[in-house]
Amino acid sequence: MTSETSTRPSPARPKVGLFVTCLVDLMRPAVGFAAARLLSNNGCDLAVPPEQTCCGQPAFNSGDRDDTRAIAEQVIATFEGFDYVVVPSGSCAAMMKVHYPELFAAGSNWRDRAEAFSAKVFELVSFLTDVLKIEALDARFEASATYHDSCSGLRELGIHDQPRKLLSGIDGLTMTEMKDPDICCGFGGTFCVKYSDISNAIVERKAANITASGADTVLAGDLGCLLNMAGKLKRDGSAVKARHVAEVLAGMADTPAIGEG
Amino acid sequence: MLITAPKFKENAAKALVDKSLQKALGNVERGFVAKRAKAAAALPEFDALRDAARDIKNHTLENLDLYLEAYEEKVTAAGGKVHWASTAEDARDAILDICTAANARTVTKGKSMITEEIGLNDHLEVNGIHPVETDLGEYIIQLRGETPSHIIAPAVHVNKEEIEADFRRVHTHLPKDRQITEPTALLSEARVVLRQEYFNADVGITGANFLIAETGSSIIVTNEGNGDLTQTLPRVHIVVASIEKVVPTLEDVSTILRVLARSATGQDMSVYTTLSTGPRRPEDPDGPDEYHVILLDNGRSSMLGTEFQDMLRCIRCGACMNHCPVYHAVGGHAYGSVYPGPMGAVLTPKLWGIDQSGHLPNASTFCGRCESVCPMHIPLPKMMRHWRERAFEAHQEPAAQRYGLKLWAFMAKRPKLYHLATGIAARVMSLLGGAKGRLSSLPLAGGWTKHRDLPAPETKTFLKQWAEGKR
Repeated sequence: MTSETSTRPSPARPKVGLFVTCLVDLMRPAVGFAAARLLSNNGCDLAVPPEQTCCGQPAFNSGDRDDTRAIAEQVIATFEGFDYVVVPSGSCAAMMKVHYPELFAAGSNWRDRAEAFSAKVFELVSFLTDVLKIEALDARFEASATYHDSCSGLRELGIHDQPRKLLSGIDGLTMTEMKDPDICCGFGGTFCVKYSDISNAIVERKAANITASGADTVLAGDLGCLLNMAGKLKRDGSAVKARHVAEVLAGMADTPAIGEG
Repeated sequence: MLITAPKFKENAAKALVDKSLQKALGNVERGFVAKRAKAAAALPEFDALRDAARDIKNHTLENLDLYLEAYEEKVTAAGGKVHWASTAEDARDAILDICTAANARTVTKGKSMITEEIGLNDHLEVNGIHPVETDLGEYIIQLRGETPSHIIAPAVHVNKEEIEADFRRVHTHLPKDRQITEPTALLSEARVVLRQEYFNADVGITGANFLIAETGSSIIVTNEGNGDLTQTLPRVHIVVASIEKVVPTLEDVSTILRVLARSATGQDMSVYTTLSTGPRRPEDPDGPDEYHVILLDNGRSSMLGTEFQDMLRCIRCGACMNHCPVYHAVGGHAYGSVYPGPMGAVLTPKLWGIDQSGHLPNASTFCGRCESVCPMHIPLPKMMRHWRERAFEAHQEPAAQRYGLKLWAFMAKRPKLYHLATGIAARVMSLLGGAKGRLSSLPLAGGWTKHRDLPAPETKTFLKQWAEGKR
C-alpha cells in the first residue's frame, strides 16, 4: 500500500483531508479557516471530517500507550481514504507521520495501515511548498515579523526554509530573524503546566529574543508554541502580536491576534 | 551516592532563583554550543563519522560478551588484572581491596564519572584512604563538598570568585596576600598544590573513555594532562570503567574520537589522548607496578535487548545537556543525580529506579535538540518517553494527573462527547476572556496562568463553525 501511494502520480485535484488539530479547533478556529482557504485556493479537493478530535500526542507523551494506539487507529480510519492529510501543526503532523507507525508491531495490519497513512501526512506549509510546489502566494500583510521554528516541525519534519520562503513573498511583510529561532519556547505540551516554573524560564528567554528582534509580530506554525509565547508576551504587557503562519499566508491576518480581543 | 532526584521540582525552584548559578549557566550555553557548531561545520565528514561511530557501538553492543572476554584476555596477557563488578558495591569493595593490599594512604584520581556513580570517594574516606581529585573541576568541587553538575565540566556551576574563596579557605599554607583573582592564577595555584599529591599517591585511579578489545588498552582523554600523572606515577593504577566502554579495535576508537571532542568542547581532539596497556614493562621508563581494571555492570547488561539499549552507545560528551533548554534553565544539580541533562534522564531511572527519578524523563519539552547533536545518534526523547511509559504502567504519576488524562482520552475516543465538551469549553473561556481576548487566571489551569495569560478562544469551535457553513 505504501509503494502504491508513493508512486502514484498526484491527481489533478488531490483529495485532501484537513486535520485541524485539537488546539486549533478549540482555541484558534481562524487557523483552521486559513488552512482551508490555502488548500482550496490551491487546487485541492478539501474535506474536513467532522469526527476528528486529537492526534493523541498528550497520551503518547504521558506514556499511555493503549489510549494512544486507540486514538491513532481512529485517526487513521477516518483519514486514510484521502490522497493527503494536511495538518496546520508540525508537532501533530510529526506525531501522525513519524510516531504512528512506531505504535504498532512490525508486520501487523495496523502497522501497514499506519505506514501507508504516514506517507500521506504533511504539515501545511511543507505541503504547500514540497508537494504542491507553490513558490509564492498572493497575500498582503503590513507588518515586521519574526519566525519561531517549532521544535517538532523543525527536527522531525525538516521544516525550516519553507515558511521563510513563502513569507518572504508576502506583500508588505518584512521578515527579520530573532536570536535562536530554533530553540524551544518551553511549551512542551503538558510540560508547561507540570513544570510551570522551568517552562516560564524558557519562554522568558524566547520572549526576550522576540522583543529584541524589533519585529511587531511573531509567527510560528504550531498553536501550542504560539499560545505559550503570546501568553507570555501579553502577561508582560508587550505589544508584539502572535499569529499562526497560515493566517498570514492565506491573507486572513486581519482578525485580532492571538490573545487579543 | 545519595540522589535527590525525587526533589527535582524543589531543586529546580532553587536553581531558578540562584543568581550566581544562572550567570554560570550562561557560559554553558554560549561556550559549548557555538564551539561545537563551529567544529562540526569545519569537518565535512562529521555526519558520516557520526553514522560510523553509531554503527561501531551498535556492532559492539550486539557482541558485547565476546568483546569483553577478548578485552580481558589482552589485559591479562599484558600483565594486568580484570575485576568483574556487577554492582556499585562490588566495584567499591574491589577497589578498596586493591588499595588496602597496596597499603595506600593517598589515592590520586583522574576525572571519572563512574567513580561518582559508585560513590567511591566517600567509601575510600571512611576506610581511611584520602582521595585527591586531580582534574581542576573535580578538585574544585571536592573542596566544596559538591558533586559534578556537568559530566565534562563538573564545576561549571561555580564562578571564579567562589573558587578564589575556596582556595583561600583550604590552601592555608600559602601566603595570604597572594593575587589569585585571574583564572590563570587559580590554575597555577591548583597545579602547585596538586603536583605534590601526585608524588605522594600510592594508587592512581582513572576512568576510561574507551577500552580496546584488540589490545587490552584503556584510553582517557583530558585537557590538563592530570590523567597521565595519575596513572604513571603511583605504584598501582586502577581503571574503573563500565562494560559498554569497550570497542573492538584501535581503528574504531580513532573514528569515535573524531566526534567525541568536537561534540563535547568543539576541539578537534582533546589535548591529551592517553592509552595505557598493563603495568610497566621492563623496558618502560616509568609506569605502575600493578594494573587493574574494574569492569562495572551496575544494571547496564539489563538494558541490552530492551528499548534502552541505544543508550549504551553514549560516549559521555555532554552535548545533550549543553543543548538542553531545561539544563540551561536549572543546571545539573537540580537533576539530583550523578548524570544530569537528557542522558541523565535516561540513565538515572535505570541506575536508581524510575520510582526515585520519575521527574527526570518527564522534565523535558521533547524539543529534540539533544538528539540532533548527539554524536552517537541516541534517540534521547524516545528513551525518555519509554521511561514515561514504564512509570505510567506502574501507576506512578499523581492520581489527578492520571485520571485527568484518562478522562481526556475517553472523550478523544468519542467524537460526539468530545465536541460537546469542547463546545462548552470554548463558550465558557470565550466569555471569561471578554473583550480583552485573554484570561489571566482560570480554575485548574494555574500551571499555565501563574506565568502566562491564556489566549481566549472564539465562542464556537472550528468544527462547529465549519459545520454551520462558515468558510
